[in-house]
Amino acid sequence: MARKLIRPLFLFLILMFLYLPILLLAFYSFTSSTHIGAIRGFSMQNYVTLFTTPELTGMIAGTITLALGAALLATLLGTMGAIGAFYSRQRASSFITTLNQVPVINADVVTGFSICILLVVVLHISKDSYIPLVAGHVTLCAPFVFLSVMPRIKQMDSSIYEAALDLGATPFTALMEVVIPQIVPGIISGFALAITLSLDDYFIAMYTKPATFDTISTYVVNATKGAQTTIKTALWALSTVIFLIVVLVVLASNLRAMRLEAADTGRRAAAENR
Amino acid sequence: MAFSRKSLGIPYAVFLVVFVAAPLLFLFYYAFTDGQGQFTMQNLLHFFTDPNTLGTLYYSFSIAIVTTVVCLLLAYPVAYILATSRLRQRSVILMLFVMPMWINFSLRITALKEILNVLEGNLAMYPFLNAVIGMTYDFLPFMILPLYTTISRLDGALREAAMDLGANDVQTFLRVTLPLSVPGIISGVSMVFLPAMTNYVVLDMLYNSTYIMGSLIGSYFAAYNWHGGSMISLILLAMICLFTLLSGSVEEEGSARGALL
Amino acid sequence: MEKKDTIIELRGVSKVFEDNGFKAVDNFNLEVKRGEFVTFLGPSGCGKTTTLRMIAGFDKPTEGDILLNGESIVGLPPYRRPINTVFQRYALFPHMNVFDNIAFGLRQKKTAKDVIVRKVKHVLELVDLEGFEERGIGTLSGGQQQRIAIARALVNEPEILLLDEPLGALDLKMRKEMQLELKSMHDKLGITFIYVTHDQEEALTMSDKIVVMSEGRTQQIGTPEDIYNEPVNAFVADFIGESNIFNGMMTGHLKARFCGGEFSCVDDYEEGTHITAVVRPEDVEITKPGEGTITGVVDSVIFKGIHYEITVLSGRNEIVIQTVRNATVGDRVGLRVDPENIHIMLAEDHTNKFYADINPDFRLEYNGHRIETSLTKIIRGSKRREDGTVVDAAGEVLEPGRVRILVSIQPQDIEMTDDQDAGLVQGTISNLIYKGDHYSYIIHTELEQDFVVDDEDLWNMDDRVGLLMPVDKMTFTLKRK
Repeated sequence: MARKLIRPLFLFLILMFLYLPILLLAFYSFTSSTHIGAIRGFSMQNYVTLFTTPELTGMIAGTITLALGAALLATLLGTMGAIGAFYSRQRASSFITTLNQVPVINADVVTGFSICILLVVVLHISKDSYIPLVAGHVTLCAPFVFLSVMPRIKQMDSSIYEAALDLGATPFTALMEVVIPQIVPGIISGFALAITLSLDDYFIAMYTKPATFDTISTYVVNATKGAQTTIKTALWALSTVIFLIVVLVVLASNLRAMRLEAADTGRRAAAENR
Repeated sequence: MAFSRKSLGIPYAVFLVVFVAAPLLFLFYYAFTDGQGQFTMQNLLHFFTDPNTLGTLYYSFSIAIVTTVVCLLLAYPVAYILATSRLRQRSVILMLFVMPMWINFSLRITALKEILNVLEGNLAMYPFLNAVIGMTYDFLPFMILPLYTTISRLDGALREAAMDLGANDVQTFLRVTLPLSVPGIISGVSMVFLPAMTNYVVLDMLYNSTYIMGSLIGSYFAAYNWHGGSMISLILLAMICLFTLLSGSVEEEGSARGALL
Repeated sequence: MEKKDTIIELRGVSKVFEDNGFKAVDNFNLEVKRGEFVTFLGPSGCGKTTTLRMIAGFDKPTEGDILLNGESIVGLPPYRRPINTVFQRYALFPHMNVFDNIAFGLRQKKTAKDVIVRKVKHVLELVDLEGFEERGIGTLSGGQQQRIAIARALVNEPEILLLDEPLGALDLKMRKEMQLELKSMHDKLGITFIYVTHDQEEALTMSDKIVVMSEGRTQQIGTPEDIYNEPVNAFVADFIGESNIFNGMMTGHLKARFCGGEFSCVDDYEEGTHITAVVRPEDVEITKPGEGTITGVVDSVIFKGIHYEITVLSGRNEIVIQTVRNATVGDRVGLRVDPENIHIMLAEDHTNKFYADINPDFRLEYNGHRIETSLTKIIRGSKRREDGTVVDAAGEVLEPGRVRILVSIQPQDIEMTDDQDAGLVQGTISNLIYKGDHYSYIIHTELEQDFVVDDEDLWNMDDRVGLLMPVDKMTFTLKRK
């Protein structure tokens, strides 16, 4: 009996380790407490502060805008790169694939610092132009888009592109109407991955951002050094909001995957019965 | 023909050259020059002769090794239990372990800090412990995922065969499952070890003011010392290359981090 | 008038792949008449698919020209050619339903919506899949996907329909059915079909004209009857139907020597010419011993439903016979062939070929002599295990009785010697002819096999000689029984 319990218990303990801080913070975000341990009354003040303080809303909007923009650019570049690399000759293809691997294995500190060296120190591009920041985030994200699109292209039946040409489609039409729809799942997961990478980044933003601009990461790291209590507890609210969004997204995608799977099995069974 | 599929790769190839290859070349150039643009080995020599930087290297390694071992010891049982369970919802449970990755790490460390504050009173009393806890908290999912992927792909028949041949549970684990999950271990280790040497923000946020390798870059950056920062970056890069070559897992890490979604 | 009839013409077309320098197609010439059903037939890697891809426009010829209705189309991309293809694995667009798949080509041409609907409906009727418009591709069986692929190509009313092994993925029964259907579709539509297959039976059943290809070259172009009855060389004879193929030499007017005997024939070549003789299994007659041209022993008899397949060993020669009369294994029989049924063709090469056996020690042996070479070198990927047995690349142990090695050696590489026992095999000079700078000999061996040997020196008829064959001049091929 004890042996049977030990496995779930272990999993439970690790889950507690991962979630307890977030859940506790979520709990206290709905109170007027300024630190954990001292329970005061229920209060939505933290949420009001979060969504009404221009400094905070600006920082959140900036982070989201940056993530969406960088992810879009990265998805465009990475997808085109993967298609181009796949159909290029061996040497061109392995050149792209190898360079693509560099930001993936490199430490973000080094990637951020090196981009800062090139753009800011060597080329004297002002950080205030946002160019270094966007370039840095695209560099962070695009390789992962490339990696999630490539397997899809490899799996695709290569003759369907030729079939489209054969039926009178120009190469561009064939690409848009036949190839792209085949690799859309890879593009979507690449885009989602790019968003999360950009949202989670600290180091690249740190080395390339304008002094007046903050992402959630850079803002939070700075805020923990200061001692402004209202901001600190408003960040608890932010943490809770993000946690809820993640939970919702995960639930939604799980449900969708389950429904797709069910539909797929149903269709397959129908095909087999025929 | 005005349009060809090959030419689609050109913008990305140019992008990679400009934002990946070129920065690394300049990193190299700055690492071996001084403020006047003269060639110098001083930055390199300084790193390997200054007791402070050597101490930083030592401290980084200590934290990274301890963090990696702790992550492995916690993650392996989780991955093993999940991968070998017959639960139908095991992918849902796996999702629970992976989900924290998608919450901004600085917010999660903030949460952890509040808890540690309550537990320890004064965070500054246990800098090393806090650093390891913080890093483990941050990186654990990255260790669980590749381990789970590898173990769940192992053929269950292999374990049954081992038992059939007279091996008990422990022997089966040590001589079949563990050796076969080495690729997952390597992949997980590479995803924890390197960040643990460089992610100095975790230390900062938990009031550990000791430098690790990443902090050196941060401090050179703050002091506009591009040459010193470049050298540290280059040394880190060399270690990353070495590590990657040793583990031979370039592909694997890509797919492991890529598998997050 | 003649010109107008030709729809597509390939002139001296060659294709060398840039990346590996492989010459896939070599000087291919062909004229296809409007409405013809032409089949490219050959083993995999013979260049048939590459030729098809050049007609479709996916590959560009390295040399030569392709003319459609008298005009070069080499510069035209595939989407500007009035040619459509049915692909090997169908290549249906998985994200579109049946209607959208079939309508794809029409939409590229900006055809009006109502016309598209009508045409799709019509072509679905043609392939017997009425009402399938809304079905997803994943819900179709292989045979149905096949029909949709054909419909998708036909709806564009191409001048030429290319079919790249379209039936390869179907099971035997489906394949037979589709063969007939394709043929009747062709008759009904009057569109020119160019069909690629490696299945000779498929080619013989469906085609008006067959192009037999091997190693990038055209071997023979002709009607199925021509190809079957009058193969121009050993490759075609071997590839089309079953054949007995022998190397030999003309020994007189309308006389040819092969398979250990002298046969009368109807093809006239100069005496001394090296020839290849082809005899179809159904054309060999079994007689009483002594009454045939050659004699042999019945080695095996297999009942095949409508006939028996009988293998007779005459010395080392193996003759396959199809007959409705039974025979008993071990019987001595005579064999004769009607002169009309012997197809004599000029030998492309005079390579001597013989089978060597693998002895129980896994060494190569012929006529009781060891051939000093290692089996593991001959059979790619094979290994000799510690117990002496040899396993092939798949790890299976070779059974000496089930495999043998075909040894090939050129006439100029064999040396004759008076020291008979030194030779790998002994025989008598049964024919000699002066070839300008050397003599060409036929040595009839004790194993009833003829060897062709070139030698600068003059030897006498009926001399007994030993044949020396250096191992390094031999080439080996693994044959399974």
